[in-house]
Amino acid sequence: MQITPKSLYLRRRDFLKLGAGATLLGSAAALARTKVDHGPKLAGVKPNPKYAVDEKLTPFEDITTYNNFYELGTDKGDPSENAATLKTRPWTVEVTGEVGKPKKWDIDEILKAFPAEERIYRLRCVEAWSMVIPWDGFPLADFLKKHEPTSRAKYVAFETVVQPSMPGVKGYAGIPFPYLEGLRIDEAMHPLAILAVGLYGEQLPNQDGAPIRLVVPWKYGFKSAKSIVKIRLQETQPPTTWSQYAGGVEYGFYANVNPDVDHPRWSQAKERRIGEILRRKTLMFNGYSEVAPLYAAMDLKKFY
Amino acid sequence: MKERIVPIAFAACCVPAIWLGVQALTVGFGADPIAVVLNDLGYITFVLLALTLACTPAQIVFKWSWPIRIRKLLGDFCFFYACLHLLTYVGLDQGFDVHDIVKDVLKHKFIMLGMLTWLMLLPLAITSTKGWQKRLGFRRWKRLHRLVYVAGGTASFHFLLRFKTPRVETLLWMAVMAVLLLTRVIETARRRVLQS
Repeated sequence: MQITPKSLYLRRRDFLKLGAGATLLGSAAALARTKVDHGPKLAGVKPNPKYAVDEKLTPFEDITTYNNFYELGTDKGDPSENAATLKTRPWTVEVTGEVGKPKKWDIDEILKAFPAEERIYRLRCVEAWSMVIPWDGFPLADFLKKHEPTSRAKYVAFETVVQPSMPGVKGYAGIPFPYLEGLRIDEAMHPLAILAVGLYGEQLPNQDGAPIRLVVPWKYGFKSAKSIVKIRLQETQPPTTWSQYAGGVEYGFYANVNPDVDHPRWSQAKERRIGEILRRKTLMFNGYSEVAPLYAAMDLKKFY
Repeated sequence: MKERIVPIAFAACCVPAIWLGVQALTVGFGADPIAVVLNDLGYITFVLLALTLACTPAQIVFKWSWPIRIRKLLGDFCFFYACLHLLTYVGLDQGFDVHDIVKDVLKHKFIMLGMLTWLMLLPLAITSTKGWQKRLGFRRWKRLHRLVYVAGGTASFHFLLRFKTPRVETLLWMAVMAVLLLTRVIETARRRVLQS
């Protein structure tokens, strides 16, 4: 007597195939760790000694092969493998909203107008790993001030790139695109917040957010939006991708690095520095205590 | 071929461990090796759990007898990889920090589900021998080993929660698990009907 419908048979066969396929794919992917080519050198970049940390730099190879960039794929190795599917020229960055001088920039115009300096920052990912990265960039405040923000500019919203050629955009990544981020205006104007255009003195590799990205070192890495195309100054708090995700189960708008507030699924008290084995203690604001005054009146357990 | 099914399965079950060892000695695991090893071991454990659970349905559906002969072996290997997975978490990932681990288990469903799965597999692995089957009596032994279905469930949700967004692959594996469990439900129902 037959009790199993045909669909079960078929699924069982799929399941066997899936197992074998996944193992093979996994093995191939593990062996073929993408070799990342070095990009063109950036001219005239000098280190800013005010923003140097006395810690070992994370190797270029790790910074460029271990990325979260869902538009280029959800696994850590995907963005470097699929980097070529992102086209960074021509590229424009549009600044709109509560500004006296809105402007649509060509990326090369930005590179010319805002000379980059080197700043070594710690990067703390929400997934409890961290790196030390020599970014090349310029203060976000300088860029924003050029557009003369009005008194109604209370927040800054960032929108990142969506190109049909990017594999994550075509498939299912679990989050909607474009990826949205946001900062309060005083956060955006803080001297630590920069727009980065390079790392290790070279043009940003695509998987690290070329041609221009945000770096906010006292917040979890996902706040530092990659490959930015639109910046909008506005009066209300903008929706951001992860704070909206599944009714807010991931993180709130602020997402400041905070060892006392756990992720729903893991502790944030410690982190693993890429290249090390034992976890180290996570520091409040990722060690950038100079930003504490921005949140003096706030309960950071509530606004996490 | 059929006589050699047990040694063949044994060799196959060793392949992932050897493969991990070869990678460790040659190309390495990339920027975050502990995470990669931890996740690979978890994945292997899950696949072996699914394969162990597939033996009985294979017999029911295809009338094959050989899968049952390697079921114990698959289950034992599943537990072996589960132990390596747990050891990687406790040792490499958490640095044997008991305080942190206890907090992690109690506070986070994701870790709790993984730990529960291992705790359920433990008595099953211990009592997987013929001797224990006799000692417990087949009825009681069988009842105890039904725990593996619960483990299949907790393992699935542990796997699902690992990612920030649900992955298609995980959902497919959960569907596989569900089908395997469903086969038994249908079979039990069928037997009841036949008996009455």
